[in-house]
Amino acid sequence: MKKCYLGVDIGSISTKGVVIDCDNNIIAKEYIWTEGNPVGAVKKLVGILKSQVSSDYALKGIGTTGSARKLIGLMLGTDVVKNEITAHAVGTTSLYPSVRTILEIGGQDSKIILLNNGIITDYAMNTLCAAGTGAFLSSQAKRIGVDINEFGDMALNSDNPVKIAARCTVFAESDLIHKAQSGYEIKDIVAGLCRSIVLNYLNNVGKGKKIKGPIIFQGGVSKNKGVVKYFKEVLGEDIIVDENSHLMGALGIAIISKKYESDKVYSFDVSDISFITKGHECSGCSNNCEVLKIYKNGEMIDAWGNRCSRGVNS
Amino acid sequence: MRAIAFPKLANYDVPVLYLLSHVTNYKIIKPIINLNTTELGSKYSPDFVCAPFKYTLGSLINGLDKGADILMQFGGGCRYGYYASLQEEILKDLGYKFKMYNLVTAGHTDLKRMYRIIKEIEPNIKLRKLIRYGIISIMMVKYMDIIDDYIRENIGFECEKGSFIKLKKKMLNDFSKCKGLFHLRRLYRKYKRDFKKIKVDKPKDYIKVGLIGELYTLMEDNANYCVEYELAKHGIAIKRFTNVTYLLLKKRKLVKNYLKKMKNIKYKLGADALDNVYHTEYLCKQGYDGIVHIKSSFCTPEIGAMPLINKVAKEYDVPVIFFSFDTNTSKVGVETRIEAFVDMLKMKKEM
Repeated sequence: MKKCYLGVDIGSISTKGVVIDCDNNIIAKEYIWTEGNPVGAVKKLVGILKSQVSSDYALKGIGTTGSARKLIGLMLGTDVVKNEITAHAVGTTSLYPSVRTILEIGGQDSKIILLNNGIITDYAMNTLCAAGTGAFLSSQAKRIGVDINEFGDMALNSDNPVKIAARCTVFAESDLIHKAQSGYEIKDIVAGLCRSIVLNYLNNVGKGKKIKGPIIFQGGVSKNKGVVKYFKEVLGEDIIVDENSHLMGALGIAIISKKYESDKVYSFDVSDISFITKGHECSGCSNNCEVLKIYKNGEMIDAWGNRCSRGVNS
Repeated sequence: MRAIAFPKLANYDVPVLYLLSHVTNYKIIKPIINLNTTELGSKYSPDFVCAPFKYTLGSLINGLDKGADILMQFGGGCRYGYYASLQEEILKDLGYKFKMYNLVTAGHTDLKRMYRIIKEIEPNIKLRKLIRYGIISIMMVKYMDIIDDYIRENIGFECEKGSFIKLKKKMLNDFSKCKGLFHLRRLYRKYKRDFKKIKVDKPKDYIKVGLIGELYTLMEDNANYCVEYELAKHGIAIKRFTNVTYLLLKKRKLVKNYLKKMKNIKYKLGADALDNVYHTEYLCKQGYDGIVHIKSSFCTPEIGAMPLINKVAKEYDVPVIFFSFDTNTSKVGVETRIEAFVDMLKMKKEM
């Protein structure tokens, strides 16, 4: 029986999963929308992955990363729960050991990771503001009636991208409306948007960071050719986009889970687990903690947010 | 009966409560911050004001609802100095009837002015009594800060989870009931011994992180999602300069030195910005592994300090992580960034 490892990266917009073998080769991969329901998305994802993996593999490890990693870690019954920055760095360096800079733009967050000899030396992640992320791109695509999948190709056709404020999405959006109403061509507006994402990213997250090559661009937005083009233009360096660039986090966490391998054998069958989260405000004291209780098959298996044991029992 | 309310800042409500309850005949309302007060505070605050304004406003509204008619605010060296006046207007517009006093204006602790204010609140006060309890309260702050420094350095390595916090709660409770200066000092010595007795398991080469930034967000756990404990959880010793002892007693003298020592800086930069740049250099020289900078969003002095901090840290190749907090409620983002930061420090250390 051969061994395999599952890595799941549950982002705000999309859920990514890969199954790797002992030599870090990807033997199954899938990318689906989270649609605000991480538990449902993971059930679906694991089901799809199961059908891709041949039956002579035994699942020896599971790792979770992404914003819902804690919840999904509980659901899949694993302890390997890591933040997406480490996961991305591990995943990327497994394919590109000499990488110096990782640019990552996802649905709700964007980050920059600087490495030296495979070791993270510095990183930054957007705080507070979701400007310059995939969520903004997709909402604007909807506004101007362009399919997000055609967005990049459309931007490539433009020679004259419109200038759009590159700081705040609220200003960017009002800029965008003005430009659209004054009759600019859609492709120029789309190109302008891609460019503003790049400038916004570099102004916000990349501020004060020395970006050195080789540079790898990943996350969902890296599939957008327009954004890649403007990154190349603005940075004046070549940008590598891997065909699995959107799966790097999942790949990384699968590799990490390999390190924590034990005798435990996991299963791909999660579709019939009932998994419910209930939130309530504890009134035990003046802290009023917001307590989240997680039920697996009707049984409470964990509670978060409480500062004392009162929150769990109430 | 009339009552006094003041905003919450870390555990310093203990000495303030102690002082006020001994020198005045008013009922003193213990300030709190919770989800409700935060929501109220944000609701009645201007949008782009910094988070301390919102937290303190919520805390004061809670006090007013509990019957306070005298409010106290403690101004600062930045625009926080104007917050008392603005909050007064907002609260009056909401229909509350009260009188507001700002004990510290424009960052200056003028003792005479403070005395005048307290005299106005409590006309029969004896100066001797005020001095006596004033000194006890200041000593209490000092002792609390010394103990807190020790906790910060060791809590990440405690063998039994929660033992430090438990003992600290007990200490604060005892402090609040102390009978005089000597009693307080006895208590302090006893608890210092007790804290040293708590078993810690410090590895040889542990990670040390310095915590700098804007004062309110740094000190108030509710405003920074307990960043200190989140960091400590990963087995890290923490150093923090900012506390009330520093701000009240040490800062004024030290800042002049900082200006002399920092060649690149010719101005004070406002509030604690200069201190933070100086501390960055200090931490780098002392061999700290990383620096965490915390501020409330829109904090102007700190925004001015950030590029300087970045520059200094880069010279010494020490990573810095910046946090901007507003009154949002989810802790997940903070945890993610801290975890990644710690992973990075550990990887660097192993190199």
